[in-house]
Amino acid sequence: MPEFLQFLFSGLTVGAIYALVALGFTLIYNASDVINFAQGEFVMIGGMVTFFAVAAGIPLPLAALIALVSAVIIGVLLHVLAIEPAKGASPVTLIIITIGASIFLRGVAAVVFDKNFHSYPPFAGSEPIRVGGATILPQSIIVLLGTLAIVVALWALMTRTLIGKGMVATATNRLAARLVGINTAAIVGVSFALSAAIGAIGGILVTPITLTNYDVGTLLALKGFAAAMLGGMGHPFGAVVGGLIVGLLETFGAGYISSAYKDAVAFLVILGVLLVMPQGLFGSAGVERV
Amino acid sequence: MPGMLRTYWVVLAVAVIVAVLPYLVPTTFYLRIAALVFIFSIAVLGLNLLMGFAGQVSLGHAGFFGIGAYAVAVGPAHFGVPSWLALLLGLILAGVIAYIIGRPILKLRGHYLAVATLGMGILIAMVFTNEARFTGGPDGMAVKRLVLFGWTARGSVAWYWISGVTLVLAVLLAVNLIDSPTGRALRAIHDSEVASRVLGVDVARYKLIAFVLSAVYAALAGAYLALFDALVTPATAGFLRSIEFVTMAVIGGLGSILGSIVGAALLTVLPQLLTVFHDYEHIALGFIMIVFMIFLRAGIVPSLAQLLRRTPQ
Amino acid sequence: MSVLSVENLGIDFGGVRAVDGVGFAVEAGEIFAIIGPNGAGKTTLFNLISGLYPPARGKVLLNGEDVTRLAPHLLAARGLSRTFQNLQIFFRMSAIENVMVGRHLRERRNVLAHLLRLPSVVAQNRDSRAKAKDLLNLVGLGAMAERPAGELPYGALKRLEIARALATEPTILLLDEPAAGCNAVETAEVDAVIQKIAAQGVTVVLVEHDMRLVMKISSRIHVLDQGRTLAEGTAAQIRANPAVIAAYLGAHAGAEAGDAGR
Repeated sequence: MPEFLQFLFSGLTVGAIYALVALGFTLIYNASDVINFAQGEFVMIGGMVTFFAVAAGIPLPLAALIALVSAVIIGVLLHVLAIEPAKGASPVTLIIITIGASIFLRGVAAVVFDKNFHSYPPFAGSEPIRVGGATILPQSIIVLLGTLAIVVALWALMTRTLIGKGMVATATNRLAARLVGINTAAIVGVSFALSAAIGAIGGILVTPITLTNYDVGTLLALKGFAAAMLGGMGHPFGAVVGGLIVGLLETFGAGYISSAYKDAVAFLVILGVLLVMPQGLFGSAGVERV
Repeated sequence: MPGMLRTYWVVLAVAVIVAVLPYLVPTTFYLRIAALVFIFSIAVLGLNLLMGFAGQVSLGHAGFFGIGAYAVAVGPAHFGVPSWLALLLGLILAGVIAYIIGRPILKLRGHYLAVATLGMGILIAMVFTNEARFTGGPDGMAVKRLVLFGWTARGSVAWYWISGVTLVLAVLLAVNLIDSPTGRALRAIHDSEVASRVLGVDVARYKLIAFVLSAVYAALAGAYLALFDALVTPATAGFLRSIEFVTMAVIGGLGSILGSIVGAALLTVLPQLLTVFHDYEHIALGFIMIVFMIFLRAGIVPSLAQLLRRTPQ
Repeated sequence: MSVLSVENLGIDFGGVRAVDGVGFAVEAGEIFAIIGPNGAGKTTLFNLISGLYPPARGKVLLNGEDVTRLAPHLLAARGLSRTFQNLQIFFRMSAIENVMVGRHLRERRNVLAHLLRLPSVVAQNRDSRAKAKDLLNLVGLGAMAERPAGELPYGALKRLEIARALATEPTILLLDEPAAGCNAVETAEVDAVIQKIAAQGVTVVLVEHDMRLVMKISSRIHVLDQGRTLAEGTAAQIRANPAVIAAYLGAHAGAEAGDAGR
């Protein structure tokens, strides 16, 4: 039982990060039909910039803020310089662009920072808390609470603010949204900014547990994508649920079956979902009209 | 037949380049680079058959490249199989795996297919990394040199000719395929799957054929690289390599045989020029990918062809 | 035995019964027209018959054989062919290559032989090319054989699709609005082509809005409205049918169509 609980805590923690990445995917996908492979890089930026700012003597809260702002700026630049100019391109072209952006950002991080693993002290101490025979780190709780806060804030944004409603409208029918005066290009830009922010916060929160490195973005993006697919591409709630499920499957798989193939779980999920129920848990199947 | 001449000039052009290049370069170092270009061209040509002609996307093609590479490493080292036989078995293995994976996966489209192939490629690379007992793990393993009738294939000159001649044959087969019922079926599927179906084309079968064929091309190239380098590592089958292949195909021009070679040449020579700034390799690759997809989406060769066609007017 | 027989065919999209309880039989050598207002389900009906949508209810029989859920390429092998309302041309291929794709069923499909370009393949290519050229000549596109399909004008593309559909040597051909968007000259060309096809013994099923054309060449007409059969009969019967006039033709159009019949 304690072992099970331990895996549960770890799985939920890492799953929360996947959920944030998946949420970012979903926001951008809904606004623009683009699958943003650079999503993982936002998480990396969150962690790496925070570490180097702290190492330069800046207090942690300010460092985190700098990291957040950096990520948002890069997200907007990505939209303006790489995605907008390629409007109307085929899905494959867009995928190549975002993969290119991901590789580019990774290369820049390796040069501007370095290739080592880094971390900084957890926010609420490192004394593990005992729960039912297992332990959970305070930072894990912070990650989970932070994810919950983001999800709630996003929900409030979507349903209570004009911008949020604009995003929902754009996601539902872009042409109709344009026709009623919504600036869909700006909406897409906002979705990139929000995705970057969400990813960066995830990175900032989880680095004390998992460490950060110039290279963490790739696998995170792929696992976040697996989560988004599992939940149903385009469903924010599904993305969160998908992220938690992927995190749990991965941790339990590593614990009970094989830890060497831990990373394979997410890919098996992708393949499974695509082949068995492409619409995911909460999505709906489409019909091609001829 | 003017049409035939138009398509076969590519074969002739490649043959001439392969034959003449050794006399134009000062040292064998350049032949080594050329051999690498030829090897990657074979892989990219296969990918182009799948992406440019059949219109399917694969972001995991390095997986098949890796299967060919590890076949010629593992076969001789662990099973005592001679290299040439290991190579053949590697090709067959790649084809079989492509067949098995392809049947379910090719029912997907667009970015779903892209991500499925991505996952496939990464899973294959993961097996190479983890099964250290056979594959030497993350650091890879040494590869015994190819020995044919007592002669050892070693060095830039030998591999220049081996890969060069193979490339000419690979191009010949590709050109043959394009002007054939299979080629027409693939190109039709790319333009309109629906119309292809009602005209009697078994779309699923042809997508699978393109997938298997491209896998075999990739495996052959992978085997050559492993035998040439006498070394194989899991990076050979990795995500970055898959992306490099796609970038080579797209930059050169999807649907253009010559484009495959141009793309391979560009992305092979560039890192050589940038060895001094090795760390900037990723930055350059990412940048190139983005810029080409925005400004030169059709690729180098088709864009040039378009330009030449417009000039007389 | 009818060439094509449709029984109680039905399909739903969400809550909408796009096609419901439709049935008819087409005899060999007929030119059978399906007409009705936009949204009546005509193209959906074609998609059901040609295997692109699986019907929720009903049956499709081809020469007596139940082909209801058969894949489109298998239907093609059994002699069914069709064109598309919204043109599904292979734009990157030349006109003649478009038609050559239609020869696929008659070509040998050994991939290895294709890779090696064996003499049998060369002969096959020559044969397919010749047959394709004949068909292009039949529809009046012989001069444009080598042009990329993307460069052809709209009217030519409509005829190209017909030539391509004929390349499979069908016993029955479904034409989905062959005269859509065509001016009077182009419509006359389509008319002539359809007559030539029928003269060669191919059964034609036609979805069309151009009433002059329909009334002129059809042996029988089947009227659809909101997914259901409204009426069926000869041109004269349909022209005079009050329900059809109310739903679709309108009093004026009924008279106009009457003029075309003379």
